[in-house]
Amino acid sequence: MTDSKYFTTTKKGEIFELKAELNSDKKEKKKEAVKKVIASMTVGKDVSALFPDVVNCMQTDNLELKKLVYLYLMNYAKSQPDMAIMAVNTFVKDCEDPNPLIRALAVRTMGCIRVDKITEYLCEPLRKCLKDEDPYVRKTAAVCVAKLHDINAQLVEDQGFLDTLKDLISDSNPMVVANAVAALSEIAESHPSSNLLDLNPQSINKLLTALNECTEWGQIFILDCLANYTPKDDREAQSICERVTPRLSHANSAVVLSAVKVLMKFMEMLSKDLDYYGTLLKKLAPPLVTLLSAEPELQYVALRNINLIVQKRPEILKHEMKVFFVKYNDPIYVKLEKLDIMIRLASQANIAQVLAELKEYATEVDVDFVRKAVRAIGRCAIKVEQSAERCVSTLLDLIQTKVNYVVQEAIVVIKDIFRKYPNKYESVIATLCENLDSLDEPEARAAMIWIVGEYAERIDNADELLESFLEGFHDESTQVQLQLLTAIVKLFLKKPTETQELVQQVLSLATQDSDNPDLRDRGYIYWRLLSTDPVAAKEVVLAEKPLISEETDLIEPTLLDELICYIGTLASVYHKPPSAFVEGGRGVVHKSLPPRTASSESTESPETAPAGAPPGEQLDVIPTQGDLLGDLLNLDLGPPVSGPPLATSSVQMGAVDLLGSGLDSLIGASNFVSPPAAAVPANLGAPMGSGLSDLFDLTSGVGTLSGSYVAPKAVWLPAMKAKGLEISGTFTRQVGSISMDLQLTNKALQVMTDFAIQFNRNSFGLAPAAPLQVHAPLSPNQTVEISLPLNTVGSVMKMEPLNNLQVAVKNNIDVFYFSTLYPLHILFVEDGKMDRQMFLATWKDIPNENEAQFQIRDCPLNAEAVSSRLQSSNIFTIAKRNVEGQDMLYQSLKLTNGIWVLAELRIQPGNPSFMVLQLSLKCRAPEVSQHVYQAYETILKN
Amino acid sequence: MIHSLFLINSAGDIFLEKHWKSVVSRSVCDYFFEAQERATEAENVPPVISTPHHYLLSVYRHKIFFVAVIQTEVPPLFVIEFLHRVVDTFQDYFGVCSEPVLKDNVVVVYEVLEEMLDNGFPLATESNILKELIKPPTILRTVVNTITGSTNVGDQLPTGQLSVVPWRRTGVKYTNNEAYFDVIEEIDAIIDKSGSTVTAEIQGVIDACVKLTGMPDLTLSFMNPRLLDDVSFHPCVRFKRWESERILSFIPPDGNFRLLSYHVSAQNLVAIPVYVKHNISFRDSSSLGRFEITVGPKQTMGKSIEGVTVSSQMPRGVLSMNLTPSQGTHTFDPVTKMLSWDVGKINPQKLPSLKGTVSLQAGASKPDENPTINLQFKIQQLAISGLKVNRLDMYGEKYKPFKGIKYMTKAGKFQVRT
Repeated sequence: MTDSKYFTTTKKGEIFELKAELNSDKKEKKKEAVKKVIASMTVGKDVSALFPDVVNCMQTDNLELKKLVYLYLMNYAKSQPDMAIMAVNTFVKDCEDPNPLIRALAVRTMGCIRVDKITEYLCEPLRKCLKDEDPYVRKTAAVCVAKLHDINAQLVEDQGFLDTLKDLISDSNPMVVANAVAALSEIAESHPSSNLLDLNPQSINKLLTALNECTEWGQIFILDCLANYTPKDDREAQSICERVTPRLSHANSAVVLSAVKVLMKFMEMLSKDLDYYGTLLKKLAPPLVTLLSAEPELQYVALRNINLIVQKRPEILKHEMKVFFVKYNDPIYVKLEKLDIMIRLASQANIAQVLAELKEYATEVDVDFVRKAVRAIGRCAIKVEQSAERCVSTLLDLIQTKVNYVVQEAIVVIKDIFRKYPNKYESVIATLCENLDSLDEPEARAAMIWIVGEYAERIDNADELLESFLEGFHDESTQVQLQLLTAIVKLFLKKPTETQELVQQVLSLATQDSDNPDLRDRGYIYWRLLSTDPVAAKEVVLAEKPLISEETDLIEPTLLDELICYIGTLASVYHKPPSAFVEGGRGVVHKSLPPRTASSESTESPETAPAGAPPGEQLDVIPTQGDLLGDLLNLDLGPPVSGPPLATSSVQMGAVDLLGSGLDSLIGASNFVSPPAAAVPANLGAPMGSGLSDLFDLTSGVGTLSGSYVAPKAVWLPAMKAKGLEISGTFTRQVGSISMDLQLTNKALQVMTDFAIQFNRNSFGLAPAAPLQVHAPLSPNQTVEISLPLNTVGSVMKMEPLNNLQVAVKNNIDVFYFSTLYPLHILFVEDGKMDRQMFLATWKDIPNENEAQFQIRDCPLNAEAVSSRLQSSNIFTIAKRNVEGQDMLYQSLKLTNGIWVLAELRIQPGNPSFMVLQLSLKCRAPEVSQHVYQAYETILKN
Repeated sequence: MIHSLFLINSAGDIFLEKHWKSVVSRSVCDYFFEAQERATEAENVPPVISTPHHYLLSVYRHKIFFVAVIQTEVPPLFVIEFLHRVVDTFQDYFGVCSEPVLKDNVVVVYEVLEEMLDNGFPLATESNILKELIKPPTILRTVVNTITGSTNVGDQLPTGQLSVVPWRRTGVKYTNNEAYFDVIEEIDAIIDKSGSTVTAEIQGVIDACVKLTGMPDLTLSFMNPRLLDDVSFHPCVRFKRWESERILSFIPPDGNFRLLSYHVSAQNLVAIPVYVKHNISFRDSSSLGRFEITVGPKQTMGKSIEGVTVSSQMPRGVLSMNLTPSQGTHTFDPVTKMLSWDVGKINPQKLPSLKGTVSLQAGASKPDENPTINLQFKIQQLAISGLKVNRLDMYGEKYKPFKGIKYMTKAGKFQVRT
């Protein structure tokens, strides 16, 4: 005989039959009928119509029948409030029963009847039960207060139940304490401001005592409550930790995790040099590992929390990598979490093992998991620099498998690797291009397009590749469209000559034929940039990208600290603060880790100084803030300071607007050829040009604006080598634009026409920004002076020596080739002034082997003169100090391709004729140092 | 706290619901069904699902989803642990936990659930106490009940709940006093292609069956307690004595319980008792592949390996397998592509092997993935970690109990990559 018989229905009305049975005189039949009613209720059938009949059965001595009726009441009282009143009397009577089981049952059931009218009658019995002699009744009553609060909060406060509940925290029975804490915590959640759980050292002590003796569930409530307490100093924190640690060995994983939360939070207050701190760290690892051998659901929650713990204190689990290795029959949600933690734990020490595992995973069946594994390889490469090479070769192996989704995923991560380690692994581009056709996912396509655009100068058929993508432009997803637009613009800036059509095509596709505002806006911005100022366009589009780092997927530290306080809760599973998802945001108090407070006795050791403060030695590089400020004022070139009549950048800025666009712009979007570049003699553009530099210019014999030093023209191409055409010239840099000042002399006997000029690829991408304009034919013995504007968006190829420029000039007679060395300072850009902090950091960051030392002799200048002279060539003095009678200048400059050079210049005052300047240069690309030194020398000696 | 519980079968029908607070509409489970549909297998349904107003936490056991509904921030582990307790209780009460059995005993199920939680707070989760409150159904009791009209609800106050040893009921009496302990170790390992260990760890438990009269106080000591550096105890174990003396001292619950579970981590050297030699190859050109595996004993401390089964999920491209085992029986399910080979006992003189050919779908390319081999085995009278019980003493009672200790090692998740 089983209960399934209660589910059988008869042909006649079921309710009708039950009603008859319930009203039967026979006890046995009555009970059977109630059982049937309950069975129907359990499966969701509506049996509320039987309410009065069931309530009638309540007056019975049979405990089972009583319980069954109670069950029924709880379910249906709400729908029949008037009827429910009928039951009140029995409840009140049962609350006085000599049997504590019945008293507890009555008060418990009464609380579950969510009817306002009943609650009024509940108060008196509840008050009695809260003070009952039997702890079982007290603990049931404690929960009942929480129930009542849920139904009618005001009533609970008015009746003073909250105070009674607070008193129960000091109850002698641990189970009562635990339930009181649980009830108060639940009530407190709806009263964020109220100070219900007002914890003080005494109550903490009570809780800790109860913690050892109450049930596992009670321990969870108490631990969660403890976690909200902020100890007054590190001693108290330590003593609480000591008493909580045994909970780590509990069989209930929820107890373990709550204990971990308390420890992680209070650990924050302990000094790191304390022995106890190390002990605690060691004790935390085993329980966390044990959680991973539990059922998959528990593992999942544990893994989400371990993810947080690993980010906060990686040292706890750094030796436990292996437990996170994936078993092939783990559920997918466990696999993915394990993978994430594996990457977080990856370090140089274990990377070989991790990579071997990841490669293994990449051949599994589950597509999602395989993708994530491939991605993980990329993240390892970014995280552990030493492993990058191995990761790349692993990825290449995977690409060779030709499994479509593996290839696509690999390409996406290789893009990230390129961004982290530029100029290192580009040799693999060819392999990537082979797989171009198999890419069908937007992300992979976008990644590939990015790679083609970014490295357009190394891919011979970059334009063809991009063109092939362009054919189906409108069918692509937005991600791909945006990337394609950017890539083609990059390509154009790098290879302007061959790709004009392509860029026009993509611009018109993006701006005219697209409904997507993002795409349109980006298209217009590029268009405008290209048409007004290609140099600026280049700076914007080809700007040096910040390196990506593994931190991109880390949780932001303040959020992490908050989440650590929520270990073991839903917040920790979602990795979001409760305010972000808890219903209505009620009851959410932001938690934060306690600050470290040492107890008064312990002396603060030097190591405990806050990590944020800069260590003393760092300050030594630049003397004091006061000094520096003075120096900066001297150097400040901003408009408010009416400084010495130096070439001020504010004036120069004005000139940019006057001249820059006129010279460089490619007017008209449909035709990217600039109008005749008015080879404006530069000094025309600056009528207010500062006197001093004008004077200076006179000496060099060329009318240049104030600006960097200009060398006298030298003969580059002698007439005898070029069938009578003699070319001499020099390079200038003024107001942000570089030009090549040429003097063409016709020493032949015939007229020369049809001049054109072209540069070979060179180290810094120098290229003519406009065609060579010689208006009239050049008659014999005539000389013409031309200023050819240059830009630095041309193709790049490293030359030997670095500043070598190969030029081809054509006229109606022939094509002539010559090469010349350009002074590097024409490439020093105007915004080469580094922030002081930045300078310090960069100086330290560049390894010492990149430092180059030079001497500049016979330079009779003092520090001020040196600094102002260098300033006009865009070498900026950031700070100056005097050490043992020597002036030290700290300077920075930036090249057009974004390379920063930092310099320390030591000037020994004394006999001017023997003066020696010591120059130390630091740069990430040490090969430029030599040329920078030469630039220094030329600038300072002329 | 826990609001409601829904029991859902794998067909997606809710066959039981229980609400401890206000009633939550069944429609909340629609979010669960969505997730269920998305997951390829029942095991892959995520355990935490958020809905606009509630959170659904679920465990999947015995082909039933136990879905708990919560509304406020509650520790998810607390909920999941509780659900596990529900499953264990059902199993304890009814022997098996399946949809038909739960339906048969729906009233008891309902009563038990009611006792386990009050307003979402756990009330009585120890099966000792629950059984005092609500008697589990037995054939005899059902018969007696129908004759005498008595019920299966106890009218006792669960006395144990109030004592300092809530896990033990008072007034226990036995004529034969006996205490048995089983040390059971499961070895989880991943072995790579070449036969070296990628990771191996041991999950051990000591399960006890104690039937002793009165209030016995037991101590259990080990020969080599140092092995146990990562342990979880039953609440009855006195933690302080373990910390100071490495001795388990406890007043046991009555009947069956898990005294201790422990974990011997991957950092210690773990002995691997079995090895698998495999040669599985598919060729690109032909539609035939070769398959050969041999199983042999490795570090078994002279004990024999029994109950060996080998299973492996073959790639999708495999059509059929033509294999001959040297012992035991094997099956290959062409639908699920699951190969299983029931080996039995390993005879070290004549190692069991399974050889033959694999035929692939004509024209299909060589499978990308390599099948992983899953191994099951048992070794009696051996705890592979080397753990040994030294002695068991009883205080507090006069009689002499009968004591017994048994060791066993089993394969947990033991996988060999090929």
